[in-house]
Amino acid sequence: MTAPCSSATTPLVAVDDLHVKFVDRDETVRAVNGVTFRLMPGEVLCIIGESGSGKSVTMRALMRLLPKKRSVIDGKIRIGDQDILALDERQLASLRGSTVSMVFQEPMTALDPVYTIGRQIVETVLRHAPCSRKSARERALEILDLVKVPAPERRFDSYPHELSGGLRQRALIAMALACRPRLLLADEPTTALDASVQIQVLLLLRRLQRELGMGLIFVTHDIAVAAQIADKIAVMYAGRIVELADARDLLLRPRHPYTMGLLASTVLDRPRGHDIEAIGGSPPDLRHLPPGCGFAARCGFAHPNCAATVPEPHALAPGHMACCHRLDNLPTSGTSTTQEVQNGSQVQDSGRAFFRAERHDPEHAAARDLEQGAAAP
Amino acid sequence: MPDTVTRLDPPASRLHDDTAAAPALLSAENLKKHFPIHGGMLNRRVAEVKAVDGVSFAVRKGETLGVVGESGCGKSTLARLLIGLVRQDDGRILFDGHAVGSPQGLTLRDLRRNVQIVFQDSDSSLNPRLPVGESIAYGPQVHGMKRRAARALAHDLLRRVGLEPELFAHRYPHELSGGQKQRINIARALALEPRLVILDEAVSALDKSIEAQVLNLLRKLKETLSLTYIFISHDLNVVRYVSDRILVMYLGEIVETGPTDAVYRAPKHPYTKALLDSRLAVDPRGRIETAPLSGDPPNPINPPSGCRFRTRCPYAEEVCALQRPSLGGWQDHAAHLAACHMSDPESGHSSARQTSLPWQ
Amino acid sequence: MSEATLSLPVRSALGRASGAAKPRGYWQNVGRRLSRDYVTLFFAFIIAVIALAAVFAPFIAPHDPNATSMVHRLKPIGYQSYLLGSDELGRDMLSRLIYGGRISLVMGLVPVCLATSIGGLLGLAAGFAGGWINALIMRTMDVLYAFPSVLLAVAISGMMGGGVFNSLIALTLVFIPPLCRVAEVATTQIRGRDFVEAARASGASGLSIILHHVLRNVLAPVLIYASSLISVSILLAAGLSFLGLGVEPPTSDWGLMLSTLRQSIYVQPVVCALPGAAIFLSSLCFNLVSDGLRQAMDIKT
Repeated sequence: MTAPCSSATTPLVAVDDLHVKFVDRDETVRAVNGVTFRLMPGEVLCIIGESGSGKSVTMRALMRLLPKKRSVIDGKIRIGDQDILALDERQLASLRGSTVSMVFQEPMTALDPVYTIGRQIVETVLRHAPCSRKSARERALEILDLVKVPAPERRFDSYPHELSGGLRQRALIAMALACRPRLLLADEPTTALDASVQIQVLLLLRRLQRELGMGLIFVTHDIAVAAQIADKIAVMYAGRIVELADARDLLLRPRHPYTMGLLASTVLDRPRGHDIEAIGGSPPDLRHLPPGCGFAARCGFAHPNCAATVPEPHALAPGHMACCHRLDNLPTSGTSTTQEVQNGSQVQDSGRAFFRAERHDPEHAAARDLEQGAAAP
Repeated sequence: MPDTVTRLDPPASRLHDDTAAAPALLSAENLKKHFPIHGGMLNRRVAEVKAVDGVSFAVRKGETLGVVGESGCGKSTLARLLIGLVRQDDGRILFDGHAVGSPQGLTLRDLRRNVQIVFQDSDSSLNPRLPVGESIAYGPQVHGMKRRAARALAHDLLRRVGLEPELFAHRYPHELSGGQKQRINIARALALEPRLVILDEAVSALDKSIEAQVLNLLRKLKETLSLTYIFISHDLNVVRYVSDRILVMYLGEIVETGPTDAVYRAPKHPYTKALLDSRLAVDPRGRIETAPLSGDPPNPINPPSGCRFRTRCPYAEEVCALQRPSLGGWQDHAAHLAACHMSDPESGHSSARQTSLPWQ
Repeated sequence: MSEATLSLPVRSALGRASGAAKPRGYWQNVGRRLSRDYVTLFFAFIIAVIALAAVFAPFIAPHDPNATSMVHRLKPIGYQSYLLGSDELGRDMLSRLIYGGRISLVMGLVPVCLATSIGGLLGLAAGFAGGWINALIMRTMDVLYAFPSVLLAVAISGMMGGGVFNSLIALTLVFIPPLCRVAEVATTQIRGRDFVEAARASGASGLSIILHHVLRNVLAPVLIYASSLISVSILLAAGLSFLGLGVEPPTSDWGLMLSTLRQSIYVQPVVCALPGAAIFLSSLCFNLVSDGLRQAMDIKT
């Protein structure tokens, strides 16, 4: 599946049929099962998924940060004009930090506690663009200013534990941007932050991404975060991308049942005293992947065929892709007819069709949860 | 619960259920907890973390009280104070009108029969070496229940939280998913038949779809078992869905309290307003362009004088640095109050006597 | 919700156990891993052989270990019926080695077992109580810890006079501080975990929490450390005997044998080195087995 390319530009990131397996003595975990997508320069792609969906593994595969002994990567990954899977250690090391950079979720563990943050940024700069210590320091201060760290000269000499959570995350972003990478990968960088700080960091990332013309791939489990900053959203489930579209299209007109269910099961503006419609069951065991569509067991629209064969990507509209056998039979979730567009109700309505499926019966789902011990999440 | 399940003997406090006493199930009066910081050569107390600094509120029977706040606001310390895991430095806690810890009132052990806590799902919320059924059965056994009866009770609770006992009772925590572990935590809390359950970020670590399921479960349990909840969370949307009334905490104090809808629709405190504005919209057309609050939540070690929020408040004036605003009549359950000089006509703040607040 | 660490996607997938899978507790997992670790199993087998030989010494030993023979002194390996040669008093080396294994194993295992019980309990108490009790116990341990173990063993043993019993006590005292420390650290870590708080919140007393919750979590690190001390104990015991502080002649003991054979090393070097080889071999086996145990027990699940 190709995202729409403006014919003149080549994609910054091109991933084709990526498979990642973790092989242990006892079992094989199929974390990623055929992921294909493109990212244009300057674009923001959010990968949404729950735990076990394979989103973090996909991102780490892009920088080959997976444990060498245990992981088996197949497929093609190109960043710029480099074939990532063909590079050796030395080339990879020079790629990381300069062309591709990563921001992690826990700044406290990603920053070295025994060095000041200034020193760590300078180290990164010197590693990739050797110059005098003085100019590296200037560059570091510049970056700290860019990420809006107040009083950068003072913070330059601070240790990570002396900074608050938000500042630490900014320091981490500064480190990642020190060499002006073309691609920034962010793995749930705001999950551990308070709401008021989260919005600051998200706005910062978006602004920096625009100013520096970087591509940004952002992994999160929170749809609202994706809604805030994404140009494109990819929804992952059981190691596959089940839907990929422009942010607006996906949120207002979702086509895949899982996306619909996700959108409709948010807590936003729910009437108190009524159950939230929740997708029953739990994600499949990645060690024993079912042969067909990974979502079939929980899907109200599923047909016997769904469990038999893996659905291929269908292009629904330019730039909108979904993998589902039943696309033609799904009710097209439309925009609601209510005049008032509350915070999320329109988006929720767009997903409600999932719970109106003929076979979806809350009682049945609850009973099903109870019987099969594994099914209750 | 079915009659075949042996019950624990009712705790002493229930034997004299004073209906004539205050209608609040649990009330806290001026609770304070300061953690000392030691430093220097002789390990002297050099500073204090004023984690909870004068908190007063009441919870009525059958309601859900939400507590929101960001890191450093003291909500987790408050949870631990209420269940007696931490001793308060000042103030008192009343359960059913009886003071906790005083000779005539409730002992700590009695309190724990009535009040239980569900922690956030973490790697250490369950003993990794015990099958989960044993973890649930432990509480009742501590209070005298026989082993077999406790095990039967554990099985019954597992069923109630949606996990088939035959399949789950003997499993170890590492074999369960986050949602399943949280259900076990809930079952464990319910094993002592408490009347009040404190949920401290109980759903924060779960995936959104699992969170929905657990919230549904909590609602069902509340109805069938006539529970009262104190729901602590940083997630404003979840708190809104779950709570009847809410408290908003900042740096160890309550800054606003009132019925949930009233607070969300018309917040009276600038911090509450900023928090509510920081919520992300799921609709891409509702993107936020500027951050409502800048900077980080300050350190509870040296809070600003007077009103603690004044350093980040766009409406701060001189009086805010001089005088600490009070919450007022917190005993009135239905009242919507804010600890802010702008809401107090006597304070001397320029917006104090206006009919509407600056952002309304 | 975090997927920050790499192992997490794997771990969360493992969390969804299928309904049919048998539940596996910690010890069953340990057993399973051990059963696949052939190196450890091999050395454990050797230990078993040594132990069995020691137990059935009277039936296995070809000669009386104390039977001297002035004619057949310092004979080489394979001389007539002396399969491993004879020592400076004509006694059969093989028999003496087999009998000597008894003392060595006892001196290796008993002090460690005693020290684990005593030190473990002290460490558990110190870790759980905190405050001044902790300070009292741990600082006392620190004082003992300050001495190198060999010197301490020699000092205590010398002070009490020699003999097997006193050596046992000396060795036990030497091993109590490190075991106490390991137990205390483990207990302190466990004490802060949420499930212990939850147990407190359910109204349990301290003792109940220790017995029911803390103990089984502390057991693993303590046992791992204890098993690594066995080899040290064997060496130290041999050292004490070598210095004359252990068993009394004519009892067969590897350390004592080394000491008495020392002068004869130019006459029959191989035979004289045999006790040393025995010490080395048994110590090595225990060491490797304890390593294997550590790997098997150190799993996160």
